[in-house]
Amino acid sequence: MHDFFLILLSTALVNNVVLVKFLGLCPFMGVSRKTDAAIGMGLATTFVLTLAAGASWIVETLILVPLDLGYLRILSLILVIAAIVQFIETVLRKVSPGLYRALGIYLPLITTNCAVLGVALLNIQEGHGLAESLLYGFGSAMGFTLVLVIFAGMRERLAQLAVPAPFAGTPIAFISAGLLSMAFMGFAGLAPN
Amino acid sequence: MIHAAVSMSALGLGLGLLLGLAARRFHVETPPIVDEIDGILPGTNCGACGYPGCRGLAEAMAEGSAPVTACPPGGRDVALQLAAIVVPDADPETALSGMAEAEPTVAFIFEDHCTGCMKCFKRCPTDAIIGANKQIHTVVVDACIGCDACIEVCPTEAIVKRVKPTTLRGWYWTKPQSAFDADSRENAA
Repeated sequence: MHDFFLILLSTALVNNVVLVKFLGLCPFMGVSRKTDAAIGMGLATTFVLTLAAGASWIVETLILVPLDLGYLRILSLILVIAAIVQFIETVLRKVSPGLYRALGIYLPLITTNCAVLGVALLNIQEGHGLAESLLYGFGSAMGFTLVLVIFAGMRERLAQLAVPAPFAGTPIAFISAGLLSMAFMGFAGLAPN
Repeated sequence: MIHAAVSMSALGLGLGLLLGLAARRFHVETPPIVDEIDGILPGTNCGACGYPGCRGLAEAMAEGSAPVTACPPGGRDVALQLAAIVVPDADPETALSGMAEAEPTVAFIFEDHCTGCMKCFKRCPTDAIIGANKQIHTVVVDACIGCDACIEVCPTEAIVKRVKPTTLRGWYWTKPQSAFDADSRENAA
């Protein structure tokens, strides 16, 4: 129990995928203009990342390790992630049209989110079991969502300020992302790696 | 090697089968009117209506949140056809009220300003712009639908909209003027 809590804390705050591991920066910059969109993207990513972490563990233990196919890891994981995203989209459309409409375009975009592949690979690298993998994926996704929403809030405020012309728009967004990243480095003492 | 090929093929086939079954099992019936509307729209996904592609507009139109006149490149012909299936009871003329009675326009490139940057070439939904990198581009009038996409991306503002030149194929008799109008004009003169 203690271990599981530690994994959640470590993935969500200490080793945050975006601000510490620098994965998934494209949605972090692209979908953080409005808080609503950021929440939608965060929810969709949480969904996919958790499932992808579990599925990649299954593929790794059932196919790649027994057949000694480590060199096909990235290829097969991308295949699995793309299929999962497509599957979730199909199911969601039938089961919960409301959620499907809320997630909208963000769902298919996750196929190319490098955080999803990154977390799946990290799981394998650290030799996690199935439950740990799922938790690791969920924790990372929570961290991703948290940071995305915080950053969207910052950018909404930035949009109203008189930013000097050379910094207006994307440059100031990158600078504030850097400051946010430095703030998250402060969590480093909370848990051992 | 054989292990790799077989296992990857099996993985791909398995996932494909899963997706195929899921598509069957979780099939969502779209209202047939969406497909009908989608069939009438130009299908170039130019974005001039403000919706994500022609399909997006078709869905909005089917649920009534977009007017039948929402497709600028389609013009009057498309709007009339759409009105016939979306609002079959209404009089076609009232359904089209609010549609700008604009003459069809096409893009025109000022050759002095064109730098041959290929931006408009890549953006054009109907491939109506021809030209190569660092060579002056030009617009194929027959293919242009007047959707403004190229005007937005042109870095030198070298593209403008012009009224589509009349050709033998497109020429038609002008609308006859009413006698009252003709009288008042003569009086004024």
